[in-house]
Amino acid sequence: MSNILVVAEQRDGTLNRSTWEAVVGGQKLAKELDKEVTVLLLGKDIKDLADETAGKGVTVMVVDHEKLADYTPDGYSAAIKQVVEKESPAYILFSHTYMVRDYAPKLAASLGKALISDCIRYKMAGDKPVFVRQVFQGKIDADFTFDGDGPYLVSFQVAAFNADDLATGGSGVVQNAEVNMDGVEIRTKVLEIFEGVKQEVDLSKAERIVSVGRGIKKPENMDLIKQLAEALDAEIAASRPVCDDGWLPLDRQVGSSGQTVAPKLYFAVGISGAIQHIVGMKNSGTIVAINKDPHAPIFDIADYGVVGDLFEVLPEFIKSVKKL
Amino acid sequence: MKIIVCMKQVPVKDSLLKITDDGSWVHETDLNYEINESDHYALEEALRLKEAHSGEVVLLSMGPERVREAIKQGLAKGADRAIHIDNSSFTTQDPFVNARVLAAAIKREEFDLVLSGLQTDDYGSAQTGVILAENLGVPSATIVMEIQKQNGGIKVKRELESGWFQWVELPLPSLLTIQSGINQIRYATIKGIMMAKKKEIKALGLSELGLSESDVEEGQTGLVFSKIYVPEKTKKTEIFEGDPREVAQKLADKLKNEAKVI
Repeated sequence: MSNILVVAEQRDGTLNRSTWEAVVGGQKLAKELDKEVTVLLLGKDIKDLADETAGKGVTVMVVDHEKLADYTPDGYSAAIKQVVEKESPAYILFSHTYMVRDYAPKLAASLGKALISDCIRYKMAGDKPVFVRQVFQGKIDADFTFDGDGPYLVSFQVAAFNADDLATGGSGVVQNAEVNMDGVEIRTKVLEIFEGVKQEVDLSKAERIVSVGRGIKKPENMDLIKQLAEALDAEIAASRPVCDDGWLPLDRQVGSSGQTVAPKLYFAVGISGAIQHIVGMKNSGTIVAINKDPHAPIFDIADYGVVGDLFEVLPEFIKSVKKL
Repeated sequence: MKIIVCMKQVPVKDSLLKITDDGSWVHETDLNYEINESDHYALEEALRLKEAHSGEVVLLSMGPERVREAIKQGLAKGADRAIHIDNSSFTTQDPFVNARVLAAAIKREEFDLVLSGLQTDDYGSAQTGVILAENLGVPSATIVMEIQKQNGGIKVKRELESGWFQWVELPLPSLLTIQSGINQIRYATIKGIMMAKKKEIKALGLSELGLSESDVEEGQTGLVFSKIYVPEKTKKTEIFEGDPREVAQKLADKLKNEAKVI
């Protein structure tokens, strides 16, 4: 059957929350194209997780194999390739996580097919979906489509769809898929997984966050940010480059490699708004952005935008806030 | 250790991008270019591995004539030689095609390790490195934050999401995509710049790579690029510009009385 296969992501028997977002994307697309969604789950001894997943009313296909106990690019791409060859899905959908970035291009190449990666949405042009992804770090959108025979591979950016929109109430069947992994050599040896940065600050609980990016230019200028945070009674956070340079500790980083936050007020100073940052804060209540580049993508998601020099505007703003 | 570094030249970060009338791409003539950020870190990592374990660092860059500037910069920092593939006649956003061409160049070399950045700042598909590994028949690891050489292989630290990491071991040869921030990038020295002038930049075309026009044809993977455009805004943004003092007062007022968040 020409189906939509959504590849789930699990570690230690727990689904990555973005899997449900991809499933929602798959369900919406299925409705447009009159297709069915199957969620593909890979691992070892994952029966409980399969039942739990199917319990939400989605059809689950399970590949349970010794060689899939730990995630490896060799194991995952070989197993999914076999399922795809057997099932001939029309679409294979993923959430664009760090794991998917690690193996999905390899899978696509082994199938000789294109993967449209990190899509933010799709739109219909007649009966054909157009997939939208960002280029130039979110400054520009680009439209892509597929031509010829499938399967068509698409990964969606984290938070491209809302997991709460999941359509439940399907039959919730669990199917087992057999794969033959005898000839598959796993060349990567997986060692330990560990939490690198002890999260001492839980930014997700902050009501107000002042977040600082590359535009701050020098560590000496961080003092201005501290004054702003004090005036607003806010926690201080940063985009990745600021933490990489050691101007703030790593546990203050917001974005795909740091924390995900949704405060009442997110005040972005000198942050251009690369996708990796935006996925970590786009659900904030009120977003303020100060940037000298009027085309900075952060303005696309801001409620209030100041186009100007932060070193001129912030001292005045701090004064104004104190007067309120 | 012989290391090949794949390096792309991209428009500088805060370039003012103007989209062409037909939406096919941006106007490139007025742009300034730089080494793609994570590729820059990949080059630095290669230089450090060479310094620690000896060997050779070969730069590989694909793009029009202008990328020779980026190549010279890399040579000045300490790369030993470079390969330049001019792709003016077959520019494509399909990572499958780009990886095929890069693979053809790398297969001419014996290598232990291929390094690239984790994604480019222009196309940003984050795929070319992984597909390249598949083409070369070597294992890969992505989003790498540390590399340790071991007997017969390497041990690398991969970044996972939300502050988590993972150690994996790979045999050599293999391919790694490097995360920005893995190291501190060095500046080129005057001596380095002088020495770079004597270093080889080998230009390779499709025929030298054993490829034909059909190998780089658009659409062979089913990918069709239609157009680029300014993002459709999902949110209404109130923009303030002009006198810093007035802007500051207005913003403070809005946050207090309209958004009610301070």
